[in-house]
Amino acid sequence: MFDWPTLVESLPLLAKSLLVTLESSLAGLGIGFVIGVLVCSLRLSLHPLWRRLGGAYIFVFRGIPLLVQLLFIYYFLPRIGLPNVSPLAAAITGLSLAAGAYIAEILRGGFLAIPEGQLEAAHMLGLSPLDVLVRIQVPQAVRLTLPALINEMILLIKASSLISVVGLAELTRTAQNIAASNYLFLQTYLVLALFYCLINIPLACAGGLLERRLKRRLA
Amino acid sequence: MIFDPTLITERLGDISNGLLVTLETWFAGVAMGAAIGLLIAVLQVFGGAWLRALLRLYIELIRATPFLVQLFLLYYGGPSFGLELEATTAGILGLGIYGSVYFAEIFRTGFESIPKGQLEAADCLGITRLQCIWRIQLPQMLVLILPALVNLVTILCKETAVLSIITIPELTMVMTGIGSETFAFVETLLVLCVAYLVLIELSSRLGLFLERRVGRFLQRQST
Repeated sequence: MFDWPTLVESLPLLAKSLLVTLESSLAGLGIGFVIGVLVCSLRLSLHPLWRRLGGAYIFVFRGIPLLVQLLFIYYFLPRIGLPNVSPLAAAITGLSLAAGAYIAEILRGGFLAIPEGQLEAAHMLGLSPLDVLVRIQVPQAVRLTLPALINEMILLIKASSLISVVGLAELTRTAQNIAASNYLFLQTYLVLALFYCLINIPLACAGGLLERRLKRRLA
Repeated sequence: MIFDPTLITERLGDISNGLLVTLETWFAGVAMGAAIGLLIAVLQVFGGAWLRALLRLYIELIRATPFLVQLFLLYYGGPSFGLELEATTAGILGLGIYGSVYFAEIFRTGFESIPKGQLEAADCLGITRLQCIWRIQLPQMLVLILPALVNLVTILCKETAVLSIITIPELTMVMTGIGSETFAFVETLLVLCVAYLVLIELSSRLGLFLERRVGRFLQRQST
């Protein structure tokens, strides 16, 4: 069933494109995290208008399929006068915007778990709202939601396969190209699946481990 | 950006066909995923160690790979082992397989939430295992897992957009097709976004209604 020489030949190409996959999903996670913190603090703010705005962001970016968001961004950016946006930039923009909505929902639980007294105390001590957010709320929320954030990373790595439609040569797109040239579809896509497993299964294990540790500490 | 509504109204026939395909693959995928998922969960709870390990492997493999890659394997890789499917059939099968592992995890937590004492009591009363699942465990756990189920069903609705990549003529494929014919990409995609938001909102509203409906006995108990 397997044609080993061509399989081995395709490995370096796939390994190289794996870096593009990791790069774009890591960038998506990082920028998405910043967006997530902002949207989450909007959602938890006291002013109803801000809360609405945060809610609307989550509704829109979680409600629309990522593929459609990516296509939209890819075609929309040239319309608003950014004609030379690279596929990588479009892809990272799309991933981050969507990740922001999911991360905001993840962090909300973490933010709400922080005792009110801490925030009052910080306010009394004269810390600015930004300081409270960055130094008190975010570190604790991250620690509480780390398993869910790792899960989000897995989701992002999987979602990054959709980037192939905007023409970026990440893992899936590269496998498609290889399969189109050697006609060994089953073999190539099995190797592709294996690549995703090699990244995602260890991540999932790490997430599970952290979750059990967190449970024990909270219990 | 000037929006020309005739772009949409002229092609309303195509668009509604696309919507029908989206709904069809979505419902069929959900039904299949739920059926396989329930089977997996039942086997996981009652099966032997080997079977459980095998199912665990299936779940981990499906969860670790992107839906798109699974579709490629099924649709383009299938013919290599004699599985030649039409695009729509492959899409539904793919969605069912992809959904099944998430359904299985939800059902499993549901089974685990039913107190053991009930099962022992049922066993003492001579109720068979299958009856026990069907009459005692399922009705109780469905109420508990309904929110998670509704969430999964909306996720699967969004995943149907990916089916356009393996040339299934669902809504995303139809709208991007119109976009590339008329070059009105942004407009058609905007309509597409709204369409999905409406679908998602409707299904989560329906879910909320169901949750309230089946949860009535819980409220009655607490008062």
